[in-house]
Amino acid sequence: MKYCVTEKIGREVLGLAEALGAGALMLKSVFYWAFRSKLEFNETIKQCVSIGVNSVTVTALTSFFTGMVLSLQTGHSSQNLFNEPLYIGTMVAFTMLKELGPVLTSVVVAGRAGAVVTAEIGTMNVTEQIEALYTLGTNPTRHLLVPRYIAFMMMLPLLTVLADFLGILGGALVGVVRLDIPTSVFMNDIYTYVEIKDFMHGFLKTFAFAFMIATVSCYKGLHTKGGAEGVGKATTEAVVMSMVLVMVLDYFISAVLVAVGI
Amino acid sequence: MIEIKKLSKAFGEKRILSDISVDIKEGELFSVIGPSGMGKSTFIKCLIRLLRPDSGQIVVDGQDIASTRSEFLLAKVRRSFGYLFQEGALFDSLTVFENVSFGLKYLTDKPRSEYPKIVKEKLALVGLKDVEHLKPSELSVGMKKRVSLARSIAAEPKYILYDEPTTGLDPVTTGMVKDLITDMRAKLGITSVVVTHDLKLALEISSRVAMLYNGEFVEVGEPAKFRQSENKAVKEFMEISGLSRE
Repeated sequence: MKYCVTEKIGREVLGLAEALGAGALMLKSVFYWAFRSKLEFNETIKQCVSIGVNSVTVTALTSFFTGMVLSLQTGHSSQNLFNEPLYIGTMVAFTMLKELGPVLTSVVVAGRAGAVVTAEIGTMNVTEQIEALYTLGTNPTRHLLVPRYIAFMMMLPLLTVLADFLGILGGALVGVVRLDIPTSVFMNDIYTYVEIKDFMHGFLKTFAFAFMIATVSCYKGLHTKGGAEGVGKATTEAVVMSMVLVMVLDYFISAVLVAVGI
Repeated sequence: MIEIKKLSKAFGEKRILSDISVDIKEGELFSVIGPSGMGKSTFIKCLIRLLRPDSGQIVVDGQDIASTRSEFLLAKVRRSFGYLFQEGALFDSLTVFENVSFGLKYLTDKPRSEYPKIVKEKLALVGLKDVEHLKPSELSVGMKKRVSLARSIAAEPKYILYDEPTTGLDPVTTGMVKDLITDMRAKLGITSVVVTHDLKLALEISSRVAMLYNGEFVEVGEPAKFRQSENKAVKEFMEISGLSRE
């Protein structure tokens, strides 16, 4: 029994090492083809639409309602503590810009666009379409991965800006309508206390999140095995892993940004 | 000419190809037959380096690609090949026109204005017309195979590799694909390598047939000679396939 457990641990460690090695090789290939070949412009635009434009509605709804509930909860807590809703604009803006805007958008994009990318590449993999790319004179990294990396890196920060804006707007709506905070007060709370570096704190994080979501989604797609069942499994794994890694990365990047004063 | 010397490939502990050597001459139609799971697809994928052999040489027109790490060399050699995949491997998101013209962009210097003419011409060669606007999901299995073949020959390769070209097809479509393979050789002079478990097909169309069994070529020869083989595995396979030695 002891041997079995040791063997199992050994296999897991070997599997992890193998996956890390394969991931590193994939990244090397992505950087190689990103800088050594002509960009697949049409495919990149197509991916920007699929990853970015098609995520606008769900991002907008998520961030707007998150901003609303944030305003509602902080408003009521503040009212209970201080008998009036104090600094609600500041709280909503800080939270949206630094954390909820980038993290929620990344989670939404990982769940929607990341799943699409893994399922698409995974299906291509199990139906020999990836191998067909080699036989037709191109390289899967150049044709599939580089456009998706670029699309994630471009669209996630833009979606985050939209989420920041709509989240604050939702917060303002609840603040003004439900909590009777004058618009000027709400806006003044933001202008007085929120700085551009607070926006940059969240905005910079999205590039790391985008890179990580692209890596996980593409890696899982390229390593899909076993037909339709395998595609489903790879897609679920990619989404779960991306979401968990967003949270983990968020802490460490935030710690670094706070340390350097952003 | 493709020279294969002492080619070996294993997946983990399982040895698939063991020291295989054979020369495939210009203009010939070379078939590799054998039961499923014997490594036929592994063999054909090694030929174009979709799989990396563990050892041995694959010399295509004087260039050994078996162990090269040069993407440039591999891309150059792959340009001389067309590949018909078992399931067609058409790109789902593209139309028939986009599928057939896909390789032209990367494999040739032909201007885009010529693509419609080339696509029409290649589709006609495989007996299809007015299907350019359709998506693969709108095609029958036989049509998919023909579109895939049109895609393989669009850039006018020197060699075509056919991976189980008749698997899953009805007898009528099988006959059609068989005619297409012989036509490609007759009309375009393309050197062809076919891997199949359809012994009858292999004996009808090939200039030479090789039987892959337990990782080795146990018999290689012209169809007439192949039928007379005394090898036990060949005899058994002929029997299972319902073929006589005459």
